[in-house]
Amino acid sequence: MDNFEPKIVAFCCNWCSYAGADLAGTSRMQYAPNIRVIRVMCSGRVNPLFVIKALSIGADGVLVLGCHPGDCHYIEGNYKTMRRIPLLKKMLKQLGIEEERVRLEWVSASEGAKFAEVTNGFTESVRKLGPNSLGHLKQSSKEAKHG
Amino acid sequence: MENEKRIGVYICHCGLNIAGTVDVEEVVKYAATLPHVVISRDYRYICSDPGQELIKNDIKELRLNRVVVASCSPRMHEHTFRKTCQAAGLNPYLYEHVNIREQCSWVHADKKQATEKAKDLIRAAVQRVYYHEPLEIKEIPVNPNTLVVGGGIAGIEAALKIANSGRKVYLVEKEPSIGGHMIQLDTTFPTLDCSECIMTPKMSEVGHHPNIELLAYSEVEEVSGSVGNFKVKVRKKARYVDESKCIGCGVCEQKCPWKVPSEFEVGLGQRKAIYIPFAQAIPNIATVDKDHCVYIQSGGKKCGACVKFCEAGAINFDQTDQIIELEVGAIILATGYDLFDSSQILQYGYGKYDNVITALEFERMTCAAGPTSGKIQLKDGSVPQSAAIIHCVGSRDKNYREYCSRICCMYALKHAHHLREKIDADVYEMYIDMRCTGDAYEEFYRRVSEEGVVFIKGKVAEVTDRAKTEEEKGKLVVIAENTLLGKVMRIPVDMVILCPAMIPRSDSTEIARKFSITQKASGFFLERHAKLEPQVSAMDGVFLAGCCQFPKDIPDSVSHGRAAAAAALELIDRGSVATEAAIACVDEALCHGCGICEEICEFQAPKVVIKDGRMVSTVNEALCKGCGACAVACPSGAMSIKHFNRDEISTMIKALAAVEK
Repeated sequence: MDNFEPKIVAFCCNWCSYAGADLAGTSRMQYAPNIRVIRVMCSGRVNPLFVIKALSIGADGVLVLGCHPGDCHYIEGNYKTMRRIPLLKKMLKQLGIEEERVRLEWVSASEGAKFAEVTNGFTESVRKLGPNSLGHLKQSSKEAKHG
Repeated sequence: MENEKRIGVYICHCGLNIAGTVDVEEVVKYAATLPHVVISRDYRYICSDPGQELIKNDIKELRLNRVVVASCSPRMHEHTFRKTCQAAGLNPYLYEHVNIREQCSWVHADKKQATEKAKDLIRAAVQRVYYHEPLEIKEIPVNPNTLVVGGGIAGIEAALKIANSGRKVYLVEKEPSIGGHMIQLDTTFPTLDCSECIMTPKMSEVGHHPNIELLAYSEVEEVSGSVGNFKVKVRKKARYVDESKCIGCGVCEQKCPWKVPSEFEVGLGQRKAIYIPFAQAIPNIATVDKDHCVYIQSGGKKCGACVKFCEAGAINFDQTDQIIELEVGAIILATGYDLFDSSQILQYGYGKYDNVITALEFERMTCAAGPTSGKIQLKDGSVPQSAAIIHCVGSRDKNYREYCSRICCMYALKHAHHLREKIDADVYEMYIDMRCTGDAYEEFYRRVSEEGVVFIKGKVAEVTDRAKTEEEKGKLVVIAENTLLGKVMRIPVDMVILCPAMIPRSDSTEIARKFSITQKASGFFLERHAKLEPQVSAMDGVFLAGCCQFPKDIPDSVSHGRAAAAAALELIDRGSVATEAAIACVDEALCHGCGICEEICEFQAPKVVIKDGRMVSTVNEALCKGCGACAVACPSGAMSIKHFNRDEISTMIKALAAVEK
């Protein structure tokens, strides 16, 4: 447990957060290597079931990153995410999963530093939570059918 | 076997950019072990021609039908490799890009951890590419018209270049006349060209150009559509003057009894409630300022002098705002900048002391056509014996704006030169650093230095009228640390000129949202690539020109305006544009026709129709932008997004989140 390295999956929207992550790279900002980014076009594409799936098969934390409210490339995709994630967290809590394992943040294309900060902060807080107990359960044969 | 997936994986060293932190050899070996991978190779610079040839050859010789490249960001080279695949006869959507530079080698120092991460990301990509399907790319025609927003020098240049190429331009300007900040300037550094003399021919050309439709005193209300086919609603504000009748004679202005501080003269002069902002205004048409017009404010009971005296009968108080709908293929934003409000820095006394003025006010003062006919004077009309010019007011200052405003050092030198030349005043320049980086700028700095201007390196702490000595009485005392001498100086002067930061327009957030573009931390509009695409915004078909992107001097604004014009013409002359292929599609067998997709879509792309006697959703491909909101909302799992479908994302989640045995 001392050597616990959390496994973090992050969903980044193509227009703001992914570009913000790229800017962190171009600026050579160092951050925790635990994060694995999955690029989606919009944070509104992040089906809560994707988050559940990630947690259920072994991710210790899931980050969902989108454009700041009002800045969505698709007008209001991030507002949809803004409504979905709190509901998802509520549900996780009922399922006995720490809601802190999921975090929604807004990172713009110009916020490379914020991307690094959020990644580091989240990695540390998940590290404190310890391993996600679901990850060690046998993978369910039933898979989420929604897409 | 027809359906056999044959994947090629290519790992780029990017010199040492990747190979310095990621053990490429190990990653190549690892990739070769992944299912369906036929070939795994590394290359020093895979984006180079020989690198791309390597991929093309493999596609042909090894019959690859899926390609994965792990290199820099997809925002940089995804497009490149899709084209490579296409050139070798492979559908470009059978390609997957892995970012192991910006999001791996550049951000992690530990070679072992970076290598592990690279392997994970490549594994996810290999699993994802397995599910990729060839997508059909449709071309739609591009509307050949361009909208330019903002009629300053950058917008004017862009409009003229496009119009001269034979294409139609709509130029929208929110003020009554085009000209922007440049027409307010007296002279331009370092050549000391008369700004009006070089600007007015351009403005006039815009006014008379057969291919330019000028919509002055107008603002963009709404933008819809996408690259190649934008629909734009423009509000043409009521001038209360019939444009077709007004001949710009100015009689109304002479007869109007109501005076208002002139915006063009930055408050140093006055205009009337009906006015032509300046002599060379384009269009040369009067405008009624409805907030100050007594006729309008009294509901038509009082005044009406302009109506009486206008021989052309052009005044029309019944005029209302008009909404004009335009269709354009490209948009150029040249919305310019605002100046930092110097009164925010209380210790400099702007707004408190009469003779603390801004550089733009000084500009109007030295201009022969300005309110003082070019006479440099104090508030009481006397000629100043001495002046201090304070650089970096609100710029290079963590409390206000961190960035350098770029043009202030140079115009400060210009003002110092005019103070020496015209009235032989003693001039002190308080600067942090002198930044004179353009062609012949340093030479101009030397010239002004030799004219006897005193340069004090240090930031000004305060401007005060509290005299400590006889010499300071009746003067403004500028208190600054001379960092070269290491002592605090008190310099009594008659006039203080502040050089305020150029800042984003106060409504820039609103503009950014209207055009679906993004802003930088500073608030200026974000370009697609800081080095290589400074004139392109993140939104396809929307280009940037001039200071809306970042502070620029005139030659840079001109170049930027022309660059934006070239980018717009590139799009227009190509004549067609590929539509987004990664869009929503419906599995009709699963669809219940509930219509949730219809409700959630911002673009009205899905529509429930009756097909074979049952309700099913259909997607209008021209409207869908591929955001994926509908796929998430769909309760039956019928709605899906091509290229980002459930299988494609789920398999990545599996690859990245699953606990290893």
